[in-house]
Amino acid sequence: MIKGNFIDNLPKVYGIYTGGFLGFIIIMSIAEQMGMTAKTIGICFVAFTVAIYAIIGYLSRTAQADAYYVAGRQVPTVFNGMATAADWMSGASFVAMAGGIYFKGYGYMALLVGWTGGYVLVASLLAPYLRKFGCYTVPDFIGTRYGGNLTRFLAVVVLTVASFTYVTAQINATGTIASVALDIPFQYAVYVGLVSILLCSMLGGMRGVTWTQVAQYIVLIIAYLLPVFWISNRMGAGFFPHFMLADEVARIAELEQQFGFVANSKENLAMVPKGLAGITKAHSAVNATPWAFISLALAMMMGTASLPHVMMRYFTTPSVKAARKSVGWSLFFIFLLYSSAPMLATLSKLSLIDPTLSTGIIGKSIAEVQAIDWYQNWNQANLMFVSDFNGNGTLELNEFFMGGKAVVLATPEIAGLPYVISGLVAAGGMAAAMSTADGLILAIANAISHDVYYKIIDPKAETAKRLVVARVLLVVIGFAGATIAAMEIQGILGSVIWAFDFAMSGLFFPLVLGVWWKRANREGAIAGMALGLISGAGYLIWVRNGGSGFLGITQLTFGIFGSAVSLIAMVVVSLMTSEPSAAVQKMVDEVRVPSGKSILGKQH
Amino acid sequence: MSKQAQHWEKTRGLLIMTLAIWFVFSIGIFLFGAEMNEVTGPFGYPLTYWFTCQGSLGIFVILIFWFANRQEKIDEEFGFSERGDD
Repeated sequence: MIKGNFIDNLPKVYGIYTGGFLGFIIIMSIAEQMGMTAKTIGICFVAFTVAIYAIIGYLSRTAQADAYYVAGRQVPTVFNGMATAADWMSGASFVAMAGGIYFKGYGYMALLVGWTGGYVLVASLLAPYLRKFGCYTVPDFIGTRYGGNLTRFLAVVVLTVASFTYVTAQINATGTIASVALDIPFQYAVYVGLVSILLCSMLGGMRGVTWTQVAQYIVLIIAYLLPVFWISNRMGAGFFPHFMLADEVARIAELEQQFGFVANSKENLAMVPKGLAGITKAHSAVNATPWAFISLALAMMMGTASLPHVMMRYFTTPSVKAARKSVGWSLFFIFLLYSSAPMLATLSKLSLIDPTLSTGIIGKSIAEVQAIDWYQNWNQANLMFVSDFNGNGTLELNEFFMGGKAVVLATPEIAGLPYVISGLVAAGGMAAAMSTADGLILAIANAISHDVYYKIIDPKAETAKRLVVARVLLVVIGFAGATIAAMEIQGILGSVIWAFDFAMSGLFFPLVLGVWWKRANREGAIAGMALGLISGAGYLIWVRNGGSGFLGITQLTFGIFGSAVSLIAMVVVSLMTSEPSAAVQKMVDEVRVPSGKSILGKQH
Repeated sequence: MSKQAQHWEKTRGLLIMTLAIWFVFSIGIFLFGAEMNEVTGPFGYPLTYWFTCQGSLGIFVILIFWFANRQEKIDEEFGFSERGDD
């Protein structure tokens, strides 16, 4: 059981944990030297880390509402930063981001800017004020600020739509990794992933999730950075890749010039397995229009500031001041991974396409490439493919195809790193996907148990009963997510981006104006949430069914349309109806001042 | 003007300044992405490329800490800072 002094001992506890994990990596590499098989190493990595998370989840069990919902509001800034970073960086960030940069270059990097810039909005517009408010959930703020059950309910609806879209992708990712590492079919692996996720959150709620997320951050950041530094050093590209890859970036541009981007015919492309792509876009050149870049970045930034699973992490800090600082730490820890992804993409691409490097395959004969061990492995895993389209027997740039995930998963092997690194990467990807899934499932279950069940249906329910309801919902939502994940409707990244658009359509302006515009009232908030979500979703459906769209707003940025409708609806309706009562206006005044009691009591 | 109103006015001023800096590095510079990429940026990377993979991201981190410190000063000035730990 975690005692009060656990908080004071945090640096020591996680220091020992980090040392223990590094020791485990060393033991595994010795075991590899002694002949342990690749498969056993993979199983050890995933099983060992998941077991640790489960133990932390068990030790964090609680029967108190404020520990279950907001970790007792005593998480120190730096640790909350790590937990938020793990909460934030999903399986997609970990496994797919470097691949996206690899294939799409500049146009994709709008996501890097968007997924970091959003934190400036979180820190300045929302987090400190919502912390002062003292709410348990995001709909708790909406419901109290605007009043009425309908506002609370609509906020829960938007939250559920956005978070559920997101969580299926995360459970899918845990399933993919578990199925590869443990060598079991995907349909079962999804549920193995789900059980691991629930082990972290079920007993301890937010408290359990917080301390497992810190542990998961440590695993995922080691698993991402170690290979990047190692590969860079091995290739002789520089001992600190972030500052030293300018020559490599320039070399890729030179090779792109030399090879040229040859377009493949439709018949040829039909032979390429589904999900694989070739290199068709420049690596470092600007290849998107300003609006395409900016609109995507803007949608991701506003979405970041509206996603409840991120916002609720700042409800756990001891003070308003700490909430602000904690946002800074969150972004710092995110920055460590995000700034490394482009470096990994650069190293990965150069090692494959530069004919002067021993790992380069472009320009070699097709037969030679097909005989390489790692090519055969990844071809079998359906992540790599070559074909001699022009029949000259030599592999050209346009004849090489790879899956996005392969950049993270396969590069260590291609660069000749020991298998222990691949096991480590699997554990990191699992940690990234699990931590995000936990945050999301908890956000949905908490909103329904606290806002719908306790605040609307049965306000007299006792704490014990509330927490039973919360836990049952956690399991139900988890299973629903896993069942949909098993159907694989949209790729990992597509549904992640949709979640941001849904969240910004329905929640961005109701949240921001709740603090910054005293005149905003209940009717306005209802109109803003309902019309925002409906118009955003409508636009998505329209574009998905062949609609042409307008103003360059695509299915990835539909939130820009949804949130614009939300803003207009909210302002117009608020001004047409009467202003909020004096009591509500006084409440807004109090939220704006950091000192003094929170608006909602400690137990509510 | 009451103490609270003055506090809020300063807070709003800080917000506008923070959002202005945020706007420049998240949106403003990318209006000129193609032109800027011709310039060599820090560590020898093309400038726009550098901003997308390190520059803007790092500036956001610094901006948030700067904002948090300024806001704390404003809160102290009006006696609204919280007592106790953080």
